[in-house]
Amino acid sequence: MLIKKKKSWHIPASEITPEHLFLSRRQFMQGAAALSLSALLAACGGSKAAETAPVGRAPATNADMTPGVVAETMDELGDKLTSYNDIITYNNYYEFSTDKQAVSRLAAGYLTSPWQVEVGGLVNKPGVYDVDDLKSLFDQEERIYRLRCVEAWSMVIPWIGFPMSQLLELVEPKAEAKYLRFETVYDPDNMPGQKSRWYTWPYVEGLRLDEAMNDLAIFATGLYGKDLLPQNGSPIRVVVPWKYGFKSIKSIVKIELVAQQPTSLWMAAAPNEYGFYANVNPEVNHPRWSQATERRIGELSRRPTLKFNGYEEQVAHLYADMDLRRNY
Amino acid sequence: MKIDNKTLSQAVNRVVHVGAWIPFIWLLVGYYTNDLTADPIREITLRTGKTSLILLILSLAVTPLMIWFDWKFLAPSRRPLGLYAFIYVCLHLLTFVYLDYGLQWEFIVQGIVEKRFALVGFIAWLLMIPLVITSTKAAQKRLGQRWKQLHKLAYLIGILAIVHYVWLVKNAYTQPLLYGLVLFILLISRWQPIKQRLIEGRQIVKRWTRQRKAAREKTG
Repeated sequence: MLIKKKKSWHIPASEITPEHLFLSRRQFMQGAAALSLSALLAACGGSKAAETAPVGRAPATNADMTPGVVAETMDELGDKLTSYNDIITYNNYYEFSTDKQAVSRLAAGYLTSPWQVEVGGLVNKPGVYDVDDLKSLFDQEERIYRLRCVEAWSMVIPWIGFPMSQLLELVEPKAEAKYLRFETVYDPDNMPGQKSRWYTWPYVEGLRLDEAMNDLAIFATGLYGKDLLPQNGSPIRVVVPWKYGFKSIKSIVKIELVAQQPTSLWMAAAPNEYGFYANVNPEVNHPRWSQATERRIGELSRRPTLKFNGYEEQVAHLYADMDLRRNY
Repeated sequence: MKIDNKTLSQAVNRVVHVGAWIPFIWLLVGYYTNDLTADPIREITLRTGKTSLILLILSLAVTPLMIWFDWKFLAPSRRPLGLYAFIYVCLHLLTFVYLDYGLQWEFIVQGIVEKRFALVGFIAWLLMIPLVITSTKAAQKRLGQRWKQLHKLAYLIGILAIVHYVWLVKNAYTQPLLYGLVLFILLISRWQPIKQRLIEGRQIVKRWTRQRKAAREKTG
C-alpha cells in the first residue's frame, strides 16, 4: 500500500521562493537566443506530464516508458521532478557499463525477482528477507528527493520505499554495532561491468548507524509509482539524499551491522577522492573538479549546489563535531 | 597505373575536409532529433573534446606514417587536421564557458584555475593559439628553423590532452590509456634513434620486395 506522509521537511512548494536558482532563467534564455541552437536545447529533456492511471504500484518494464502515478510533481523546494524517461535511461551503474546511455539497454531483462536480502552481523535477530515480504511488512511511502551525483549533475526523483530505521528496529542492532555495510549482488555473467578490473567487486557501501536511523534514509523499491527497473537498482536499493549518489547502493543482497567503518568500493578505488561520508558539500571540492555548482538534468543552467543537498536542517546535527573537509 | 603524390595529396585533403565536418553535423542532427542524452551539455562537451583529441592525434600521426611507410603524400593534410582540432577544442571550450556556465565568470575562473583537470585542458588550448597563428605558409617562411621548433609544442599539447582525459574519468582508464598509448607510439617514432631504425627497416623491406619482384620476372 502506498501512503503519502507529510513530513516536517515537506513544506508546500508554494511557500518557497526558489532562491537557489542563482541564474535567472529568463536572462539565460535571452543570452542563449543569440546562439542559433538554443531553441532546440530547450526541447532536450522536457518532462512528461503525469498520466492518469490506476492508483497503486504498477510493475515496470523497459518497454513501457510511461511513468506511474505520483502524488506531487515538485520537491519541497519547488523543483520539478526529472522526467521518468531521463531517470530510467541515464544511469551511473558501473556493474553494467560506465556509459550512462548503455546501462538501461544492458540491464534490460536482468532478473531481480525473486530476490532475497540477508541481514546479519551484530544484530539480535538476523534473517533472510524476501523483497516482496519487506514490501508488505513495511508501509511504502513516496519520497521526493534530489539526487546529486559526484560528477556534478542532479535529478529530482519520486522514490517509493520505507525508512531504513524500520528494518533496523526489526533486526535489533547490538550495542557494539556502529556501522552498516551494504553489498550489491555479484553476478559478472549478467553484469558485464563486473568483469572490469579497475574496481574491486562487488560494490560495497556503508553508513554510520545514526545516519541510517535518520528519517531521510530509506530503502527504495520503486520510483514514479512503479517498481524499480534494473538500471535503477531493482529490486531494493539505498537512498540517502544528502550524500553523493554513489552512496546510494543498488540491488542489495547483503546488509551487515558492523563495529568498524566499512571500506566502500570507491574508497578502495581512490581513497584521496572518495571518502566514507561523501556528504554533498559545495565548499569541499572533489580533488579534480569543483562541487560548487551542478547541472539539473532537463534544465539548461547550472545551479549552486546546496550544503547536504538542501537537507541541512535534517542531517547537519549528525556531523556537528566533525571537520567536513577532512571527513569528505 | 601509378597515381602521383599530388593527386593522392588532394584526395587525402578532400577526405580530411569532409571527414572533419561529420562529427559537427552529427552533433547538429542530435540537437534537432533531441538525441543528445538526458544531459545534452555534457554530451556536447564530451563529443567535441573527443573529436578534437582524435584530430590532434591524426595530425600527429602524419609524420610517423611518413617515416613508417614513406607516405609523403600525407604531408599536406597535417595543417588542416591541426586546424580542425583547434576548431573543435574551441567548440569544447565554448560549450563549457557559454552553454554550461552561462558566462558566469566567477565560476568559470574557479572551475578552470582551481581544478587541475580543467587547467591542463585550458593550457593545452592556450598553447594551440601560437601554432594556429603561425600556420600560414608566410609565417612558416618568415620563422624558418624557429617554426619547426615552435610547432614541436604540438607534442606537449597532445600529452596535456591525454592527461586532461585521464583526470576526467573515475578509474575506468581503459579508453584514455589507449589514446595515450597511440600518442606514445607516435611520439617515440620521431625520436632520432628509433626513427633511424624505422627508416632502415623500411628500406630493407623495400629492397626485399624489389628483389622478389625481379626474381619473379626472371623465372616468369
